[in-house]
Amino acid sequence: MTFKETLTKTLGLAVAVAGLTAVASSAARADEHEQPTPTRQEWTFAGPFGTFDRAQLQRGFKVYKEVCSNCHELHIPIRTLGQTGGPELPEDQVKALAASFTIKDGPNGSGDMFDRPGRPSDYFPAPFPNPEAAATALGAAPPDMSLLAKSRKYERGFPKFIFDALPVPGGMYQELGPDYIYAILHGYEKDEDPNWNAYFPGHKIAMGKPLVDGQVEYTDGTPATLDQYAKDVASFLYWAAEPSLEQRKRIGFRVLAFLFILAGLMYFTKKKIWSNVAH
Amino acid sequence: MHGLSTFEPKNGFVKWLEARLPILSFAHGSFVAYPTPKNLNYWWTFGAILSFMLIAQIITGVVLTMHYTPEATLAFSSVEKIMRDVNWGWLFRYAHANGASMFFLAVYIHMFRGLYYGSYKNPREVLWILGVIIFLLMMATGFMGYVLVWGQMSFWGATVITNLFSAIPIFGNEITTWLWGGYSVDNPTLNRFFALHYLLPFVIFAVVGLHVWALHVTGQNNPDGVEIKDVEKDCVPFTPHATMKDGLGVVVFLLLYCWFIFYVPNYLGDADNYIPANPLKTPPHIVPEWYFLPFYAILRAIPDKLAGVIAMFAAIAVLAFLPWLDKSPVRSAKYRPMYKALFWAFVVVSIGLGYCGAMPAAEPYVTVSRVLSLLYFGFFAILPFLPRWEKTLPVPATIAEAVLAKSGKVEPPKPEPVKAAPAKAPTKSTRLWK
Repeated sequence: MTFKETLTKTLGLAVAVAGLTAVASSAARADEHEQPTPTRQEWTFAGPFGTFDRAQLQRGFKVYKEVCSNCHELHIPIRTLGQTGGPELPEDQVKALAASFTIKDGPNGSGDMFDRPGRPSDYFPAPFPNPEAAATALGAAPPDMSLLAKSRKYERGFPKFIFDALPVPGGMYQELGPDYIYAILHGYEKDEDPNWNAYFPGHKIAMGKPLVDGQVEYTDGTPATLDQYAKDVASFLYWAAEPSLEQRKRIGFRVLAFLFILAGLMYFTKKKIWSNVAH
Repeated sequence: MHGLSTFEPKNGFVKWLEARLPILSFAHGSFVAYPTPKNLNYWWTFGAILSFMLIAQIITGVVLTMHYTPEATLAFSSVEKIMRDVNWGWLFRYAHANGASMFFLAVYIHMFRGLYYGSYKNPREVLWILGVIIFLLMMATGFMGYVLVWGQMSFWGATVITNLFSAIPIFGNEITTWLWGGYSVDNPTLNRFFALHYLLPFVIFAVVGLHVWALHVTGQNNPDGVEIKDVEKDCVPFTPHATMKDGLGVVVFLLLYCWFIFYVPNYLGDADNYIPANPLKTPPHIVPEWYFLPFYAILRAIPDKLAGVIAMFAAIAVLAFLPWLDKSPVRSAKYRPMYKALFWAFVVVSIGLGYCGAMPAAEPYVTVSRVLSLLYFGFFAILPFLPRWEKTLPVPATIAEAVLAKSGKVEPPKPEPVKAAPAKAPTKSTRLWK
């Protein structure tokens, strides 16, 4: 059976090639990104029943407002802070917060632009009029933060990436973005170079170390540490990127439970229908 | 293929309609009385699953269109508005984006099933080729839909793929400019992709109609690959038997689909596509969606651009020639030991190519891609010669015989109810037989 031999050889080669690929891929990855992979954090919003911690989102918002918002735009409406499934700030607080911003509006009847106090339906104003102005002032234009937690990921590699999708212990890993943000905020490890970051691809990050211990005052007794800030602001940014998360997971459970029961009923119905047919 | 029963209207209106447009008897013949081989397994439910996915994509897509703005400076933010401000917008958008992946997953399973059981063979060549056309249309639709998001990967994916046409000798650059509607991927490109992305699903719908028509002329293939000899002994009526089985298949597939929508909605997408398109900033790795990866790997495996493009399209086009490449008189891999081994090797090669397609264009992936591309085409090259070496196993004469042999093995003392099965069929089905 010469054919069988050829086939066995081919298959053997394929397996060998696959093995070689796996070994070489880890080596190649090590060459390419020398930065360590972020570690997976515990998040309240992870898992099939995850929800946001309101107090954490409010603290994260405080960090954003006092620190991040000096350079980063957050292109979401102010009213969303009061929506269910988010920080759920009381309506009057949202109104007061909105009114503290000055919004350029117009043109009015006589064709002039004018300034007015913000309303909850306004978007958070951007710190710079355009990305070019931001780049001129800061050296590089800081990214908009509204989708930051969904637009950042890191390589998981084979076979981890398969389990990330599955309902297994340690699986259903969707929080790569917050983990990356958390890691970046911890990655400023060289005191002599504020633009060196362990986790940033290539290590040269335009943003200098943005947060230090005690920089933002917490009123709820939570420790005012860099670690806590990083967790809170990463949670806040994940909510900003995925405001429907709680609703999605809640409905998802009902939908899956319904389908599961329906599938069971259909299975037995099908069995009954086919019971007197050999197949 | 004639049904197991005739449609005899009793209702006055139905009689009136039948005399003018026999649509109800047509539907009855196609979806109720239509004879279905008894021995079909669950891999045969993917036809129904794909029909469901096509309709789901059209419905979610039409709703998304009502809120989407096909304009280069507004497209990305209109998608975000759908996600944040439109009632249930996130659900429609995630259902549509993951629906594309599920559609391709189902179509690949459907195609591999056809490959395994020899469903492309005489007399089903036209049925198979229509399937290849649907697959091509799906690829075009999926690609253009991905561009509409107008994120970084949308933009750069569109740039890479449309640039492939510039490899065409002499007119390449003119063709690319014509496709773009300008000198780079820009608003005119987005506009035409939007128009085509809305059009093509309906073209797919029409070709699916032809596909189903062709299926109903030749009848379904089955796991034993023997033709229906005696409709009464070999088949069951489509309704309720296949209807319920397909329904169950759809619901189980929905469980998977909904898992993705509700729990891991961004798993299959690229994080870079949540960054708005920026023509001045190329992402470090431009990677297409997972369902294009094997073909992308073949494209990159070949150092010459034109040859790479030809190889990539050939990898799809070669499928259409399968009915004539495979010369074995036996259909099902169940009775073809060599073909069966070759089939699984082909599955491994295809998945390997997909993995290489996702990796950067560097060693060792380039070499591995080249080896796997050769093996991919090698599968089709070896098929015509296979019958020379292959000793096929004895094929049952009829489906009824195959079923008997199978149930005989599983439950030895029960051959009698098998024979009596048609007579014992529930009253409703019995009515359908004559």
